[in-house]
Order: sequence, then structure tokens, then C-alpha cells
Amino acid sequence: MSTTSNQNNFSKGTDLAVILLYLLMVAIGILCIYMVEYNPNASWGTSFITAKTNYSKQFYFAIFCSFIGIFILLMDSKVFTALANVSYGAGILLMLATFVLGKNINGSKSWIPVAAGFNLQPAELCKIFTALVLAKFISKPETDFTKLKSHLTAGIMIALPAILSIMQHELGLALVYSAFIFAMYREGLPPAILIILLSFAILVIATLLLDPVLLAIILTVIAAIIIIVLIKRFKRNKNTILIVVAIWVVCSGTVRFAVPYIFNNVLECYQSTRIYSMVGKEYDCNMNEKSAVAAGSKKSRKPDDYNVKQSKIAIGSGGFWGRGFLKGTQTRGKYVPEQHTDFIFTSLGEAFGFVGTFTFLGLYLFFLFRLVRIAERQRSTFSRVYAYSVVGIFFFHIAVNISMTIGLFPVVGIPLPLISYGGSSLLTFTVLVFILLRLDADRQMVLR
Amino acid sequence: MALYNSNRGGIIQIIIGVIFVILVGQLISLQIISNKYKLAADNNAIFRKIIYPDRGIIYDRKKRALLENSISYDLVVIPNEAKGVDTTTLCDILKISKEEFSKRMIEVIIKNSRVKAGVFEPFLSPELYAQLTENLYRFPGFSLSERSIRNYPYNTAAHVLGYVAEVDVNFLQKHEDEGYEMGDYAGMTGLEKQYESILMGQRGVKRFLRDNKGKIQSAYEKGEFDTLAIAGKNLYTSIDVQVQQLAEKLLTNKVGSAVAINPKTGGVIAMASSPGYNPNLLTGSQRRKTIGRLLMDTARPIYNRAIKGQYPPGSTFKPLGALIALDEGLITPSYGYNCYGSYAACGDPRKCEHHNPGHAANLQLALANSCNSYFLQVFRMAIDNPKYHNAKTGYLKWKEYVNGFGLGRKLGIDLPSENKANIPDTAAYNKDFGNPKYWNSCYMLTLGIGQDRMTATPLQLANSMAFIANDGYYITPHFVDSIEEESEQESELMEKYRTKQKVTSIPNPYFKIIKEGMHDVTVYGTAAFIKVPGHEYCAKTGTAQNPHGKNHSLFVCFAPKDNPKIAVAVIVENAGYGATWAGPIAGLMMEQYLNDSLTAESKLKADNLEKVDLLPQAIKDWYVRNNKSAYLAPLEYNNDELSDVWDMEMISGETPIVTKPVDTLKKDTSIKSGAPALPPVKPKPNKDSALNIDNKQKKIVLKKGAVKKKASIKKKALIKSNVNHI
Repeated sequence: MSTTSNQNNFSKGTDLAVILLYLLMVAIGILCIYMVEYNPNASWGTSFITAKTNYSKQFYFAIFCSFIGIFILLMDSKVFTALANVSYGAGILLMLATFVLGKNINGSKSWIPVAAGFNLQPAELCKIFTALVLAKFISKPETDFTKLKSHLTAGIMIALPAILSIMQHELGLALVYSAFIFAMYREGLPPAILIILLSFAILVIATLLLDPVLLAIILTVIAAIIIIVLIKRFKRNKNTILIVVAIWVVCSGTVRFAVPYIFNNVLECYQSTRIYSMVGKEYDCNMNEKSAVAAGSKKSRKPDDYNVKQSKIAIGSGGFWGRGFLKGTQTRGKYVPEQHTDFIFTSLGEAFGFVGTFTFLGLYLFFLFRLVRIAERQRSTFSRVYAYSVVGIFFFHIAVNISMTIGLFPVVGIPLPLISYGGSSLLTFTVLVFILLRLDADRQMVLR
Repeated sequence: MALYNSNRGGIIQIIIGVIFVILVGQLISLQIISNKYKLAADNNAIFRKIIYPDRGIIYDRKKRALLENSISYDLVVIPNEAKGVDTTTLCDILKISKEEFSKRMIEVIIKNSRVKAGVFEPFLSPELYAQLTENLYRFPGFSLSERSIRNYPYNTAAHVLGYVAEVDVNFLQKHEDEGYEMGDYAGMTGLEKQYESILMGQRGVKRFLRDNKGKIQSAYEKGEFDTLAIAGKNLYTSIDVQVQQLAEKLLTNKVGSAVAINPKTGGVIAMASSPGYNPNLLTGSQRRKTIGRLLMDTARPIYNRAIKGQYPPGSTFKPLGALIALDEGLITPSYGYNCYGSYAACGDPRKCEHHNPGHAANLQLALANSCNSYFLQVFRMAIDNPKYHNAKTGYLKWKEYVNGFGLGRKLGIDLPSENKANIPDTAAYNKDFGNPKYWNSCYMLTLGIGQDRMTATPLQLANSMAFIANDGYYITPHFVDSIEEESEQESELMEKYRTKQKVTSIPNPYFKIIKEGMHDVTVYGTAAFIKVPGHEYCAKTGTAQNPHGKNHSLFVCFAPKDNPKIAVAVIVENAGYGATWAGPIAGLMMEQYLNDSLTAESKLKADNLEKVDLLPQAIKDWYVRNNKSAYLAPLEYNNDELSDVWDMEMISGETPIVTKPVDTLKKDTSIKSGAPALPPVKPKPNKDSALNIDNKQKKIVLKKGAVKKKASIKKKALIKSNVNHI
């Protein structure tokens, strides 16, 4: 791509490795979609040109995205700082507009129809805008990111599109916004917050796995042990004991009230069921407030672990060397639902086995580490925050998507970056990467 | 301001790295360690369609098919596609309730899942098939699937042919690598089992890719792994279907067995075991109804007495005993023994049927008259042979001979689970009598007349006749003469059925003398009244004492005398004298085989023999108690037909009426009076006293027997009257 341009400032300073990895990923993606759609009876040539199949559509998306990429590389990097706030505002407005203009696709009203049958998902684009506005906010000279006030401001910026996504029934997209924690952590978020979040996650899983009475006993015993071990320190400082007791109260409260509240009142029935099925348990939908309201409109559907089961079978059946290109029986038999989008990793796992998946993960890891390296070499805070946002978004997508296909995470609708079928998603990731490349090319500049 | 946080980039990289390690770990577990996913994928996506080849046909010696394949239909259903079924009509046609319908549906789903076809109703009758084809459009998801089943046009040789049945878990474990699957059929007994690998042919497997809706998409890997079905090979046996049918007919209503062998080839001409069953009862839809009853039946109709039944050979052993003594040089053909009706040389006198002196003046005479004393003496001479140091060595030598004749060891016939019967080892006697120094020929004296612990199967007895007929050799008895398009490997397998087993070196002249003696049996001896029209034959009768009641009736023979073509052994359990029951059966079998037909007179004789009821009382009582009729092949047991059985004149006109020894009669009576219920049929006809019962009385007894359910109270009184008559 860089060879197609004559302009001097175009290729200068642009990170070629990232561009090559980007192209490789997109190519692998198209290949994977081709494997899913492969039909031995149809001539692939005609279907390719007529763009009736998803892989040919994805190919045209990729060409379109390449032009967008080139266009971004030709822009001035100051544009991004300048437009950060405006674009964020526009993004939020678009998301609000979906409530009016929205088109229902797969049960989520988050799409706005554009010309020629293509649909746009504003929530996807909002990731870019949020990354920009976060970078803009943190890089402002008056922002001191060691202060709690700054943390809260940043948190609201991130939470706003996330909440809108949840209202559009796009839990997966909403979760992605948690990926900005990387950037915030890098800029001075206290590690304690990470620890608290981790503890919360452990508590939630423990609540799912263990009997509530047993868990309460365990928590009490842990608190008692800490008090006994630190008994001398308590004599010096009476407050410490209060802190331990407070933590114990919070933990017990989380287990007793917060976790059931989340499952019964915040999450939809199917989401709770998916999470419960992760640990091999059944969730009783009668406890769910939301399902109680919508009890009349019950749809018959396949068992909730059907997707994960078939996905695991497909990946597992690949074995070490894989079944071979176009020879995956699970893929050919269309056993994995949504295989061309969220479960695209299965076609790769089945066809190329552990060798393929390991190599593929290696590529991703290399890509992420390259982005981290780029982030760390930025002189301007804006570029660095933005870069870490990109790292976070990519990492979150990869980790959650692959975890869910191999049964380590509940099923949420999160695509695999650059691989999964979908124009919106490909465009978002392209723009994310190429803005970063553009900023990186100007890494000697200090952007405000 | 954030410069001091630069180490946090490294922490972020570590977090990313850790998560990736977890992902790789799970991938290792899924893709490398666990292999269940591969199996699950194959189960999901590869549909294996098994192409069943036609099973081989079994022919008799004249290329008549003893069994054939016919098409049967199963009603199968794919539960997922069975929507909008007209359940009421379907239930009406199948005559099942709606509860039964849903029960079966659930069973199919459990067995074969929702997307695969499972059997809903197997083996449809022609009427059901017609009704269902007409109405099939009303039952979406249901279809009719073809299946090949056996049928038996001659209704005969059930024990020999065996049956095929669905394989069970045990079978699958035993034959793990032979490609059997749940739902397959395999030979379970008889020739079907013995030649399973040849008869079943080679199954073909076609693999298809199936999508998530269970629809076949295409051949898997373009059929690269598909295999073609190869039809099973046909077997050509030495059975003569007419002789076989005759043997079964003659054994009707009796417990016993008949075996006929072609001495020249070792090929089995007929093998019947009674009670038997109609082989057609164990195919198709009949099987489910019948198999339980057959297995439960106290007369054990599935049990093949011809190769598993162990009977004391009795006097039929005498020719063999003589052969040993002749070969050892202990006697000459002119050796005689002065018998006055008993043998008392060992103390306790042993009875002989003949009293007149001179009936055992030489070997030929002794054989013809079946003199017990003579052969007891000959046996003692063999055991106490001065050539050997003691009775033990002498006994071992004698045993070697007897084993050589094919007794006391498995002959190796091509049927599964043959019994070797028993020629006792010296160990058995050591155990009973202590050190061999202290025992002698007197201790096991009656071995010489085929009693004591000696037992033999009917097959072994027939084979011993083939041995004598051939002047000192036999060919391992077998059914299958040749296999269609026999491969080299198969020829090797069949080799043992084509080689002479010559285990003794007794010179021919001795056989000639034995044959002459056995011929005399049929001229003026114990079997003089049994004739084979147009042929001279040799025979030996036997009346074997046994612990189960009345004597067994035995008869062994071969014909023609010169150039023998058939050797026969017949045993009728608890029937009395050998010449009375077993003899005529063997005679008719020889006549049928040698002349390929029966004379009118013989036919009449056969029909009457068929009607004679010699079933032990205990078995009849069991049928009454369990409210069942016996399964007898080829005709079903029928009480009404038996009302004529009393007419013994036909048989007794020709056969000398044999008076039973008084003690056995007593024993019989005691058994009978102990039995709890009255039999539906009459008491044994071959008793003089029984013949005295007047006809009216008999008919009353019969009718009461027929309505036994109602008249259970009156039964006891009738038992009493019955016993009084006897």
C-alpha cells in the first residue's frame, strides 16, 4: 500500500510492520469466511464478481477500507485532536438517533440503514470517537490524572456510549468500553482499582460456583485469619480493624445482594443463562425480572450452550494439524451458528488445527506488542492515550471472542478484529489502526 | 506528567501475555489432549450409511436352498420431521394406543437422536405394509425401510442352520474389530455362526457429509473412504433335505436325536434333535414372540442333542469293544463264551437277555444276539491284558482305542459348541477306588457294554459307524462340502473335512467279521424285523440304562453292507428297547437316502411312528402347568391329532411287542404319581396294561385334559383313576 503513493510524508515514519500485519489479518479473514461459505457445487468466480457471497462482500469492504486507510494516512494529525470532541458528540447523537431510525438486526436495534442495503452501527464508530475524546481529555494540560475527579470525568465519557449500547441490547459492544481501562491505568489510574475489579470478578465467579452459605463461611474465616495475623498492628492503629471489617461487609454484601441483583435485574434472562451455563449450572429464568415482563413473548430456541458446544467441537476436531483447507466437516455442515461473524475462529481452528490457531494467536500477540511499543514511543500524551485505547480495544475483542469460542467466557456478540465478517467492524478497526499510524508517523510532534 | 508510569506499559504487556497463555492452554486441551471433539464432530457431520450385502444361502446336497433371504419392511421415523402426523390413523393401523405411540417415539429419540431414522415398528406383516404404504402421506417423517431376513422354505434343520439375531453388547465386545455395529445381525448358533464370516460377506460403507439439519450434502471426501458391499458366499452342504425332514418327522413327540453321515465323505446327511422348533419361528416378527418361550421350554427345543446330548451308548458299543480285543490279539473270531443268562465272574451277576447256551458261541453270534456276558468278558480281557503290567496300563490302552474311534473327544464338526461326551480317565477311577494297584477290570465292568461312565453324543455314535463302514477310518463329520468360489484361505480351513482320520491300524479282516456280525443282527438278530427294501445293511441295537428313568432306545447302523453310503445313529430317550423305536427310525432314514423315496408301506409306518408319543411325563406335566403347547418341528404339537395315537396295531403288527422289565415299569409309575397334574395326552402307548383302557374312558380323560383350566378340582380324582389303570 505504501508503494502506491508518491508523496514523501506518506510513507515516512509510517510503521510498515503494522500495515503488513493488518493486510495479512484481513486476508486471513476473507479466507476464513470463504471456508465457511465454500460450496463445492458453485463456481466461486461468478459468485465473487456478483458479490453475492459474504467473502466477496468482505473483499470489497476490505478494498473500501484500504482507501479509507490511505485517506487517513494523508490527513494532518492535528485534525484528530481538533475533531475529537466534535466527533464524540456526533457519535453520541448518532447512537441516540438509532432509537428513532434504528433497524432491527438480530434482535438489537443498533443499526442505521445506509445506502445500497448496507447498515451502519454507530456504537462501533463510537469506540473511535471515545478513544479520541479520552486522549484529548487526558492530554489537556489542566487535567491531572492522578486526581479522582479526572478519573470520574473520564469514566463518564466512557460510560455514556456504553450505557447507550446496553439500552440497544448490545451488551457485547458495551463491554468493549471497559477496554479503556488500559489507557487510564497507563496514565495514572491507581492499581487498587484494578485489584478491586479483579476481586469483584473473583467474587462473582465464586458466587456462581459455590453454595452461598459455604461462601459466607469462607469469607468470614478469611477475615478472622487476617484479624488474628495482624492483631498487633490493630493495637497500634484501631482504624485497620475497621477497614478489614468494612471489606468483609462489602464482600458479603456483594455475594448476598449485588451478584443476584445483577443476574436477576440488570442482565437479561438469556445472558444470565449463558453465564450460568459457563460453570455448568442452570439459571432459573423465573427469578429474572426482565423475563417476567416479557414472559408472553417466549421464543423457542436451541439450548444455550449449543453454540459453545458446536464451536468447541469444531475447534477440538481440528486436532494438532487440522483437517485441512476446506475439509472441516463442522464448517461444511454449518454446525456452528454465526460462524462467519462471531465464531469465525472455529473455521480456522478446524481447518488448521493447533498449529494454525497457535500461529494465528502469535500473529495477534505480535501485533498487540507492536502497538504497545508504538504507544510507548509517542512524545505526546494524546497519541499515547489513543494508542493504548487501540491496544485495549483490540485486546478485549480478541480475548473475549476467542475465549467465548473455546468455552472460557459466556457468549457475547463481539467480533474478532479484522477477521470476522462485517463492514462496520472492519471499518472501525481500520480507522482505529490507521489513525494510530498517522499519529505515530508524527510521533516527534507534541499534539494537544 | 505520566513519564513515571512508563513501567506500566510492561505490566500491560504482561497482562496481555498471561491472557494469551490461558487461551493457548485451553487450545492445547481442546485440540491436542482431548479427542472427544473429533469423535463428536464425526458423529455430527459424517453420516455412515451401511450397505448390507445379501447373506449367503445354504443349499443341501441336491442344491435345494435350505434357507433363503426375503425382504421385510420396517416402519422407521425421523422424530424431527414427524410433525403433523395423523396419530389416530397410525395408531389404528398399528393397533397401538396413543400412550404406546409417544412411548415408542421417546425410545426412538433416546436410541437414535432426533435427526436420525429409528425403527418404530420392525418386520411389518404384508397387510400392515400394504395399509401403511397407502396412508404414508399422512405420516410425515415416517418411511418404510427394507431389510433382508432369513426364511426357511423346508421348515427344517433349525438346529443345524442356527439363527441370526441382533448383536448385543457382549457380542460387540467380543468382535470388536470386525466392523459390527449396534443393530447389526449376526449368526448366533449353528452353521450361521460357524460360517458367519463367509456368509455375511463384506459390508459396504458410504460416508456422506450431513449438515446441521441432518440433510445429506455430498459424499464425504468424494467417496474416497467408501467401501463396496460384497455379497456373502453360498454354502453347499451334504444335507439331504428329505432325509432331514423325515428324521424330524419320525422324532416328533419324542425326545431324542438322529444323525446320518455319508461315511465316504464325512458329510452329514441329516441331523435332527427333538423336540425342535420351526426355524421360521425365529425370523422376522415371529422371533420376538417365540424366542422367550423356546428358551423357557423345559424340553429345551433349542438344545441340539445330536452334538450336545450325552448318552450311554449301551450295546451299540459292543462292535467297537470286539474290535479292540481282536486287534490286541486277545480273541479270535471263533472265540466263544458260555453264557447262561448272566455274567457272574465279578461277583454280583450281570444279566444277559438270552439264556439258551450257544448264543455266544463265536463273535458273530455274540454280536447278533447282543450277548452281554460275551462283551463283558472281552472287556475284562482287554483291561487285564497280560501284555500290560496292570489294569491301569491296560485301561489306558483300551481308552486310546476308544478315543481313536472318535468317542470321548470332540470330533471337530463344523458346528459351534460340540460336546466331547465322556470316556472316563483313570484319574476318575483312582479317585473312586484308590491306587490303580487295587482296582481291576471288575470295577468298571459295564464299560464293556457301553454303560458305567461312558457317554457319547449321537454324532459320535454315527461317526463310529462310519469308522466301521470304512474299515478303519473316518472323515471328520461336517455339513459344508464346498463354499462358493472358495478362496485358498477357505480351502485351507476346509482341509480338515477332506482328509481321512486314520487313528488305528486295525487290519481289514477284523472289520469284515464285525460287519458280518452286525449284518446278522439285521438278519436274525435283535433288528431282524427292520428291513431296508433293496439293501442289505449292518446294525447294532442298544438299550441303555440311565439315571433319568426308562431305558434309552439306541440304534446304530450303516448301509449298504458292501460299499456303505450312509451311517446312522438314532437315540430316543426313555423309550425302551433299541429295536422298537430307534431302529425303525434309522431304517426309514436309510431307505429314504438309498432309494430316494419310501415305499407305500414304509410311508404308512413313518406316519404312524410320527404319531407315537414318547415324551417323558415330566415334560408333559410342565406343559400343562405352564399352559403351553410344545414347539415341535416341523409340525406343531396338537392335542387333537393325538387321540388316534392309541392305535398301536399298525406298529405292533410288525414290531414284536416288548414287555418291559417289571422294575422299570414300577419306577415309571412312581414318577407319574408324584407329578402334580394330569397330562393333556394319554399315557405312554407301549404298555400292555395301557392298551386295556377302554376307549370311552380315554376320551373322557382327553377332554378333561383339554379343558384343564376349568376342571382343576376334578383333576386330582382323575389322576387317581389314571394311576389305577396303569
